[in-house]
Amino acid sequence: MKKRILGVILAVTVLAGVFAGCGSTSADSTDAANTTAGSEAVAEDAGKRAQARTLDEIKEDGKIRIGVFSDKNPFGYVDENGEVQGYDVYFAKRIGKDLLGSDDAVEFVYVEAANRVEYLESAKVDIILANFTVTDERAEKVDFALPYMKVSLGIVSPDANEITDVEQLNGKTLIVVKGTTAETYFGENYPDINLLKFDEYQEAYDALLDGRGDAFSTDNTEVLAWALQNPGFTVGVESVGSADSIAPAVQKGNTDLLNWIDDEIKGLADEEFFHKDFEETLAPVYGESVDAENLVVEGGEL
Amino acid sequence: MQDLGIEVLFKGNNFIRLLAGLWVSVRLALIAMVFSILLGFLLGMIMTSKNRIVRLICRIYLEIVRIMPQLVLLFLVYFGAAKHLGINISGEIAGVIVFTFWGTAEMGDLVRSALIAVPKHQYESAYSLGLNKTQVYLQIILPQTIRRLLPSAVNLLTRMIKTTSLVVLIGVVEVVKVGKQIIDASRYQNPNAALSIYGVIFLLYFAVCFPISKLSAALEKKLQS
Repeated sequence: MKKRILGVILAVTVLAGVFAGCGSTSADSTDAANTTAGSEAVAEDAGKRAQARTLDEIKEDGKIRIGVFSDKNPFGYVDENGEVQGYDVYFAKRIGKDLLGSDDAVEFVYVEAANRVEYLESAKVDIILANFTVTDERAEKVDFALPYMKVSLGIVSPDANEITDVEQLNGKTLIVVKGTTAETYFGENYPDINLLKFDEYQEAYDALLDGRGDAFSTDNTEVLAWALQNPGFTVGVESVGSADSIAPAVQKGNTDLLNWIDDEIKGLADEEFFHKDFEETLAPVYGESVDAENLVVEGGEL
Repeated sequence: MQDLGIEVLFKGNNFIRLLAGLWVSVRLALIAMVFSILLGFLLGMIMTSKNRIVRLICRIYLEIVRIMPQLVLLFLVYFGAAKHLGINISGEIAGVIVFTFWGTAEMGDLVRSALIAVPKHQYESAYSLGLNKTQVYLQIILPQTIRRLLPSAVNLLTRMIKTTSLVVLIGVVEVVKVGKQIIDASRYQNPNAALSIYGVIFLLYFAVCFPISKLSAALEKKLQS
């Protein structure tokens, strides 16, 4: 039965394509231009918009669709048994439990960094919980709830010459990766630090291992995990620069779902839910010594 | 000796997941290929039409398919249809539609050139025997084109299998994505797993595509004799 429907859809689509190919060319190519222009860019036209499901519709359905990463350990990843795990997933399951009574009520949709906005705009998921950093540009297209995590810069250096304060770097060489927040932050605020720039993370880490620089800086989540894997190196500065917040996102205008998530995040502060989440999912990766306060946000308060 | 990380493959049911992912890729390509062959034959015959407008329309369709990256088509069908037309289809069906749209055009062009390559006297002798147009096509011309078509059709199929790795962007978890998930899940325990996992994926693709091209070579030989 399923196959037959599929066949009919296909036949119609393809034949329509074949016979009307000419007519739809212009429409297709404008849409295409919009889709390709930046992975997260989206057609601006009002047109017919796919309406996201309201809170009541989700409750009625008994299932909530949440978009998570499936290859961003430790935020959202699939373990060797095919089960999805991670910091974001832990929260997603809690949402399922509090909204619908069971963490099995969550239907996980695996998204990519490049199509997170599309998934919300086409109403294919109800919530995106995929380590989504809040930016002004994104906030124009989706609605962000309160943050549940933050990321700032960390500085990793050899144990022998550990950098515990940014001021110690004056006159020394700091390795950064081009295009990252670290490059702009140190370039603008610390003119006395010599920056050694690389195109790729691997090169930067190699340079640090070779001693071509005194320290390396990028997102603290990244350096913390790396330092744990590389004995002889420590993250002396766990948090510097302005913190980027990471928050759940819903389709623009889906206010009642957004308000529910905000209330949920506020409500979870009492039991320090995200600290528990941190202990379960992030601590094994970043090491027990890491201060949870540098990453975790409770009650949406940065 | 350096740790190659190959043991990651045998953790839990990683290898089975990889095979399941491979099946997703192959199934998608096969379904799309079946539709492409059927519709491609139709299109190929239409393309040999003497009507210039019909030929022009076919030409435009073919050019659209060739110019548009498959990724754009996938986004259009999966997200675009949901956003602007309210048609919500699953990623796999969207994949089949796009690959059929692409395959039909390629197949049509192949059929067209195969049809043209059949010597004119074949048509003329057939007509002079009193066969009608349908009989000429079905019994005389098409059997002759199939032999010419086989190598390029198989080539298209293997290309399709390899291109299915794009469907991950519309949420279909196929073999390459499963590979990435496995590599990432063991990122901290086994940073070297990437090379061996990608190596295994390479072997899996090879294991699928090589027999297919061998089979076509054998068939071609058989049809020639």
